[in-house]
Amino acid sequence: MLSRGFSGFRRPQPPREIPSGQYYETGFPVLTYGPTERVSQADWKLSIDLGDGGFKSWNWDDLMAMPQTDIHTDIHCVTKWSMLDSDWKGVDLDIFFEQAGLGSDIAEDYLMVRSFGGYTTNLPVADVRGGKAYIVHEFDGEPISQEHGGPVRMIVPHLYFWKSAKWVESIRFMDEDAPGFWESNGYHMYGDPWKEQRYWGD
Amino acid sequence: MQDPKRPPDTQLEGRQPERLTWQVGTVASIVVETYRVKTFRIRLPHWESFRAGMHYDVRLTAPDGYQTQRSYSIATGPETRDAIDLTVEKIDGGEVSPYFHDEVIVGDRIELRGPIGGPFTWTESMGGPLLLIAGGSGIVPLMSMLRHRDSVARHVQTLFLYSSRTQLDVIYSDELDALAEAGNGLQIAHSFTRSTPDGWDGFARRVDTGMISDVFDRLGAVARAYICGPEGFVETAANALVDAGVTPERVRTERFGPAGA
Repeated sequence: MLSRGFSGFRRPQPPREIPSGQYYETGFPVLTYGPTERVSQADWKLSIDLGDGGFKSWNWDDLMAMPQTDIHTDIHCVTKWSMLDSDWKGVDLDIFFEQAGLGSDIAEDYLMVRSFGGYTTNLPVADVRGGKAYIVHEFDGEPISQEHGGPVRMIVPHLYFWKSAKWVESIRFMDEDAPGFWESNGYHMYGDPWKEQRYWGD
Repeated sequence: MQDPKRPPDTQLEGRQPERLTWQVGTVASIVVETYRVKTFRIRLPHWESFRAGMHYDVRLTAPDGYQTQRSYSIATGPETRDAIDLTVEKIDGGEVSPYFHDEVIVGDRIELRGPIGGPFTWTESMGGPLLLIAGGSGIVPLMSMLRHRDSVARHVQTLFLYSSRTQLDVIYSDELDALAEAGNGLQIAHSFTRSTPDGWDGFARRVDTGMISDVFDRLGAVARAYICGPEGFVETAANALVDAGVTPERVRTERFGPAGA
């Protein structure tokens, strides 16, 4: 529907196409449903649930000793802003899977990522393998601030940014897909920004 | 009902998955709230029940096909049917808010879809004591909660801390005064950050830890806290509440950044 009197294009335009319904944001807004979690480097730990009571865990020093990757990517938030050309540093999630002894044949199709403070988000395993997801500790050359999920968060840049859990704490595999926090509160189970999968039914 | 002791991922809400479809509402009235804030009453062909704190997405389309979307909180309480109020602050350099302020007139058609949102909502059944904290136009979703409370939940002990630049920036000023004077367990504490009215003996500074602990003491206990405003404001208030001993699960936040609207 045409909006009477609306001409558009009054904001700075992005250097390239961004997904439908998004606007170009040159800052980095903070979106969190509750208070900022205060997790120190010393307290941070990531665990992968291996089933049957088994876990593999990494602390800050472990993370620093792993092969690091520089990630240059665009971020699309369901609240409509897109941040282009952001730089992150961290470790490919595949390397965690390897160190946990999980081969290329993870039996389950889905996983649930959990944050310190209890936030959760669900993802297909296929969407976090092959260089699509990272455990990161630097943003634009600096340690990630607490508001943005520091000391360590996950990024899954090809999906809406609520899928990129701040203050990442644990990962468990699931045979069937199940909703995390926002997915229980009206957001799409998958969240592809290029298909504008914002809400249930999109 | 959300139980603060349960992890968020078990807080499945009542709404079933269904497609949120775009609809075309009609602007029924426009109220000038302050020199930079207007309220647009939009009559909806398909009004849906909602919980206070939820929002609608608005979509604008230009003649060349360019589209842009923004989210606006519902200002009306859930008891107001068939129409919603969207209260919009004009953001200089923005794209959507100047359109609403400078172009939209009564009778215009607005494309929108909703209601949307889960964590930042309050209903009577969630009870209190209820602490609401707003900076500037962050009042909008909290006003929906206050209106809901006034309609069906006057027994809930409530304190609303509202930070504005000056008295001229207070949105819903007359209605807030009337609610506060009703004497039914709602306290309203204003803070003015730039200039204060003559004889003012209330808060006159930006939100800080001392202010939060002061209002926390006045309320005595906090079962639910909702904070909405600019990023720095929300960060300060939320951290101060956690420092005061409120468990983070009881504190819900909505932050807005400097740009975009």
